[in-house]
Amino acid sequence: MTTSSLIESVTTEFPEAVTATHSFRGDDTLVLQHQSVLDVARFLRDDAALQMDFLMDLTAVDYSTFGKGAAPAFFASSGVNVRSSSQIPDEDPWPGPPDEARFAVVYHFYSSTHRHRLRLVAPVDESVDDLDSLTSLWPGADWLEREVWDMFGIRFRGHPNLKRILMYAEFEGHPLRKDYPVNKRQPLIGPSN
Amino acid sequence: MDTTSTPDHEHAFETRDMLLNIGPAHPAMHGIIRIIAELDGELIESADVEIGYLHRAFEKMSENVDYNGVIPYTDRLNYVSPLINNMGYCMAVEKLLGITVPERCHYVRVILSEISRITDHLTCIGAVSMELGAFTVFLYMIKAREFLWDLVEKVTGARLTVTYCRVGGVKADLPDDFRAPCEKAFEETRKVIKEADALLTRNRIFVDRMCGTGVITKEEAIAYGITGPFLRSTGSEYDVRKDCPYAVYDQIDFDVPVGSKGDNMDRYLVRLEEMEQSMRIVEIALSQMPDGPVLVNPETGRPIPASEMVDLGKLGEISTISGGCAVTAPSLEGSGRGAHPFIATDEKRAFLPPKEDTYGSIEGLMRQFKLVMHGHGVRPPVGEVYFPVEGANGELGFYVVSDGSGRAYRVRVRPPCFAIMSVLSKLLVGGSLADMTPTFGSVNMIGGELDR
Repeated sequence: MTTSSLIESVTTEFPEAVTATHSFRGDDTLVLQHQSVLDVARFLRDDAALQMDFLMDLTAVDYSTFGKGAAPAFFASSGVNVRSSSQIPDEDPWPGPPDEARFAVVYHFYSSTHRHRLRLVAPVDESVDDLDSLTSLWPGADWLEREVWDMFGIRFRGHPNLKRILMYAEFEGHPLRKDYPVNKRQPLIGPSN
Repeated sequence: MDTTSTPDHEHAFETRDMLLNIGPAHPAMHGIIRIIAELDGELIESADVEIGYLHRAFEKMSENVDYNGVIPYTDRLNYVSPLINNMGYCMAVEKLLGITVPERCHYVRVILSEISRITDHLTCIGAVSMELGAFTVFLYMIKAREFLWDLVEKVTGARLTVTYCRVGGVKADLPDDFRAPCEKAFEETRKVIKEADALLTRNRIFVDRMCGTGVITKEEAIAYGITGPFLRSTGSEYDVRKDCPYAVYDQIDFDVPVGSKGDNMDRYLVRLEEMEQSMRIVEIALSQMPDGPVLVNPETGRPIPASEMVDLGKLGEISTISGGCAVTAPSLEGSGRGAHPFIATDEKRAFLPPKEDTYGSIEGLMRQFKLVMHGHGVRPPVGEVYFPVEGANGELGFYVVSDGSGRAYRVRVRPPCFAIMSVLSKLLVGGSLADMTPTFGSVNMIGGELDR
C-alpha cells in the first residue's frame, strides 16, 4: 500500500475525525480529534488492508513554547539554516504544530505484514478527560501511557493502573512539560511501602 | 464439640503468601530494578516490576543542548552497544535535515554497530549463564568482548563512551590496517562462541532451566510491542535491518535467525546465531566498502597531533597545517587518515570540519565556530521525524521534533527493552522463583536505555 493510499483509507473511513494529514520526510501522519483515537486505532489494527499489529511507540510533545523559544543571542540571526537537499523528497513541508491545544499525544504504528508505518497525532489539553487508553487493544500501551502520565500529566480514560513509572510517587510536577525547569531539584523520597 | 472451628491439622497446613522484595540491588539483577513478588511457597503469584532507578532525564537534557551535544548522552542509553544508539540518533537528525552521508560512512557505521551488537549479545549470554552458575562461560564471553572492544577502541578512541557518530558523518575513518585485527578478533570470538556453545547448549542443567521457562507466544509479543531477538525467538521474522532497511543493510546478504518456541532457550539460540550473522555482515561490509585515499602530511610524512596544530595555528604557521591531517587522540588511529570527504556529508552547514581545517584555515575555524557556539549550530527545518534502527534488543527508534532553532524541541527514544520489561511480570507469574533468573536474564535489561 502506498503512503498516500494509507492516509486516504483512514480519511475516507473517518472523515469527521481526521483534521489534517501530512507526509513530512515520508512519515505518514494523521492529526485526529482525540475522542476518536480508540476507534481509529482499532480500525488500523483490524482492517485487512492496514493490519497495523505493532503499537511501536506512544509519547507526547508539549507544544506550549513552540516557536516562542528564549530570545537567541543578537548574532543568532546568522545561524546556519540548513535547507533540505534533493536527495530526500520534501514536497510538502511540515505544516507546524497540530493544533492550538497544549499537548499532542503521538502514536507510531507499524504493520509487520505490509511493512508500513503510520503516525497518529492527537492534540489534547491538560484537563483532557476523554482521551481513551489503548490498553484494551495493545497491552503494551500500559507502560507507555503510564510514562506519558508521569512525564506530561496527560490522563488516559480507562487505563487500569495509571501511576508514575519512572519518577517516584511523591514527585511533584511532570518533568517533560516545558514549564518544568531543567535544573529543578526535589528531595528524593523513597517508596511508601 | 464445636464443629465449626477448624480442625487442628488444617492449622498445621495453613499457608500464607509471602512478599519478597527482589532488588533494587541484588546479585541476580544485573541492573537496578525492583521486583515485588508475592510467593506461594516457590511459586510466584504476582509480580510488580518497578523501574526508574536509573532515570537521568535524557529526554529533558536533549532539549537543552544543541543537536551534536545530544550524542554523548546517547552513549549512555544502551551502554553495552553505544554505537548503535549513536547511529540511530544521527540518522534521525539527518532525516530531519534531509541530508545523506557518503556510502563509505554508511559502511563504517554498519561495521561498528554490528561489532557492538556482538558485544551486547556476548554480555547478555555471559550474564545469563553466570547467573545460572556457569561462571566459566561468563569469563570466556567477557574475554571475547575484550577483543571486540579493542577494535572499537582502535576506531573511536574509547571503549564505552564512544561518541563516534556525528550528525552528517562519523568522527574519523577506520584505521588503515583495520581488516587484520578485525579478522583476528573474529577468529577469537568464534572460538569463544564455539566453546560456550559446547559448554551450554547441551548442558543438562542449563537446558533444564532454559527450556520451557519464560514462554511467550508470537501474538502476545507483538501485542506488547516487543521486537528484536526476544520477538524473533517466538517465530516472527521482524528485523528492522531486513524489513525497513537503512544505511547499506539492503546491499548486504545476511540471515535473520528465528526461533519457534519463544522460551529462554530459543532466545539464547537466536542470540548465539545472531552473533555469527553480525560477523558475517562485518566481513561482507569490509570487502564491499568503497575505498578512501590515505593522506599524510607531505612534509613530515606523518599526521600532526591536534595539540601541536593548535600551537602552530596560533603562531600563524598554517602552511603546513592546511592539507595535512590531525591526530585528535593518540589512540584514535583512524583520525590520522584525513579522509573526511569520504565519511562526512557534503553539507558543510551540518558537519563539524576536520581538525586540520579548524586549525589550518580561517574558513575552517569559522565553520567550527558556527557549528559549536551557543546560538549558532545546526538548524534543521521545522518538522518531526521518527527513525528506527535495529538495536541489540530490538527496534530502537528516535522521534525528533524541531522548531527550527539550534536545539531539538523534543527528542524521544523508543527503548526496545521497555516493551520487554512491561511483559516481564506476566512471564514470571505462575513460574517458580528460580525461573526468574533465566527469564530476567534473557530480557537483557539495560538500565540506561530502560529508564533513560
